[in-house]
Amino acid sequence: MSQAAVDELKGEYKYGFITDIEAETLAAGLTEDTVRKISSLKNEPTFMLDWRLKAFKAWQTMEEPRWAEVNYPAIDYQKISYFSRPKKKLASIEEADPKLLETFNRLGIPLTEQKFLANVEGTDVNSRPVTPVAVDAVFDSVSVVTTYREALAKLGIIFCSFSEAVREHPELVQKYLGSVVPVKDNYFSALNSAVFSDGSFVYIPPGVRCPMELSTYFRINSANTGQFERTLIIADSDSQVSYLEGCTAPQRDENQLHAAVVELVALDRAYIKYSTVQNWYPGDANGKGGIYNFVTKRGLCKGERSRISWTQVETGSAITWKYPSCILKGDNSKGEFYSVAFTGNHQQADTGTKMIHLGRNTSSTIISKGISAGYGKNTYRGLVRIAASAENARNYTRCDSLILDKTAAAHTYPYIEVKNQRAQVEHEATTSKVSDAQLYFLRQRGLTEEDAVHMVVNGFCKEVFRELPMEFAVEAQKMLEISLEDANG
Amino acid sequence: MSKNLLEIKNLHVCTKGAADGSGTEKEILRGIDLVIAPGEIHAIMGPNGSGKSTLSHVLSGHPDFTITAGSIIYEGRDLATMPIEERARAGVFVAFQYPPEIPGVNNMQFLRTAVNTVRKSRGEAELSAGEFLNRAKAVMARLDMKAEMIKRSLNEGFSGGEKKKNEILQMAMLEPRLMVLDEIDSGLDVDALEVTAGESVKTMTADRAMIVITHYSRILKYITPTRVHVLSAGKIIESGGIDIVHRIEARGYD
Repeated sequence: MSQAAVDELKGEYKYGFITDIEAETLAAGLTEDTVRKISSLKNEPTFMLDWRLKAFKAWQTMEEPRWAEVNYPAIDYQKISYFSRPKKKLASIEEADPKLLETFNRLGIPLTEQKFLANVEGTDVNSRPVTPVAVDAVFDSVSVVTTYREALAKLGIIFCSFSEAVREHPELVQKYLGSVVPVKDNYFSALNSAVFSDGSFVYIPPGVRCPMELSTYFRINSANTGQFERTLIIADSDSQVSYLEGCTAPQRDENQLHAAVVELVALDRAYIKYSTVQNWYPGDANGKGGIYNFVTKRGLCKGERSRISWTQVETGSAITWKYPSCILKGDNSKGEFYSVAFTGNHQQADTGTKMIHLGRNTSSTIISKGISAGYGKNTYRGLVRIAASAENARNYTRCDSLILDKTAAAHTYPYIEVKNQRAQVEHEATTSKVSDAQLYFLRQRGLTEEDAVHMVVNGFCKEVFRELPMEFAVEAQKMLEISLEDANG
Repeated sequence: MSKNLLEIKNLHVCTKGAADGSGTEKEILRGIDLVIAPGEIHAIMGPNGSGKSTLSHVLSGHPDFTITAGSIIYEGRDLATMPIEERARAGVFVAFQYPPEIPGVNNMQFLRTAVNTVRKSRGEAELSAGEFLNRAKAVMARLDMKAEMIKRSLNEGFSGGEKKKNEILQMAMLEPRLMVLDEIDSGLDVDALEVTAGESVKTMTADRAMIVITHYSRILKYITPTRVHVLSAGKIIESGGIDIVHRIEARGYD
């Protein structure tokens, strides 16, 4: 069999290529001076620099959390470079380094708009209506291009890189930055606040329903570089937005750090749907290399009847430490968390959510599906907190673990704190393996064992996949199948 | 090549000792001989524990059983060496006594995948979604299945009778050559028994064959067997015509 055929069969990580592109990179190391340099490289206003310095001081007094169910050697923060960007600055996408364009093409991310330039709604080959996806592409430390900005601007929607928002919309940034995830929230959020390089910024004005999916695509390319991006999404009263996030990285032997912060703010009756398909390089079959994914994501349902929904499909990264959460402050607000986390080979994931109920009649739903294969370790960690003020709050949690191999592990740590007697909290949990009876049955109907496993696992994840926007759901399903094949390789 | 579809010779089968961890093997089938030609329906009757279901599992390749002696030749091929899915693709179908539930897997999607996988292996064109649905709907109507059954998760929350009908639906759609009904009649009321048996008979053609495994005689009122065998303690102790069924009906297995 040819090498290509073997690779195809093993379903190895196909985004592992490295782009040879000229970059300017800060020397490794982290001091106050590094923070000042990042800020000055980005021509930031003083308020931003002050904020970063405050965060850096806080970070220096903090300690890396050790409570998660993950093991990794100590990270030397002085050996990481905190900033890297392609040398050539872009006035428009046409000027981009062809290698950069090719990189995103290989990833299947269109950075050009021509397909849909005529109008916002297009049609695909089967003449079904297609909603285009506006993309903010982040390469290492900087946003290289944001598409469909003008079409969106006509509706008053701001979709741009974070750096640009700091310059063009300082009042919004100052008002909301750190309002959901305070600088000192945790070790990694403090680090991110000090050194974050870029990310996406979204503002949806009152009453506007964003007509297309907004999306950020993160790519780490340079070696020994950390990626610290920051995303801030504000949905003003009665607005709606669906936002997608995707990530990949080259295959490298050393571990790389990704410490992002995402803040969402939903005002009265606003709805934010945030979907992630995380496919960072997971390391090789022996656990060498891979991304350390330490991410803080939190949404504030600030207004009454607001709603924030997190959907995540996590198949990549050597280590995942991530708890997309909702603070349900507005009365009648709603928080949702739908998650599929897959760990194969030597991957470790400690992931879940926090639902903090403050307002009256607030409700939350948590559906978590953990799959572990090989030597993978998969942990669900979730907190449901009902404050005394949260009259008639309700939560429903369902937490299922599927174990595919004898060497794989699944853990569940649900924390429930209830301070109001009229709260209703439900928790259901199951742990199972793909049963021999199921596989035998499916094979008796003509399916191979591999196809049978795919079918059972996809069925297991169905409740989460159906929350994803259609095209993403297809991608997520494929990604999971590739991860399964790789784990069985 | 023999004109027979299935030839079982001196078949001895044990449970796999390792499966229950005890290390002991138990012999369940002790020398079975059975020859089935196309167009024939064979009934295998016997009391509980006689080895009836084991025979169906061995035909489909269940991993918990080992063949210690004898042979199974299907369409001139050594069936025992074929993986489970290859037997299925070659036309061996077993309607399960206890079909498993598979949560989140859509019944239609599952069945269409299975049908097209098997068709492809036979060199036939895949069925389009429309054609598949039309055929499935026709079978379901005959089986008196509610239309929504095709949209539900595979067997999840199905009643015993609904699961059995779903098995027969799969059998009709997959168009197998050797059909094995493993106690398909257990737990069915008279109406359900009549329609499942009726559909099974409809699936029979001159180049196919069927094995009906049952404890009770009532299903054989609807499916007329060519030959009847009585299994006891892992051996066929009697073979003959329909009169055996009548005797068992009157006097039991004693």
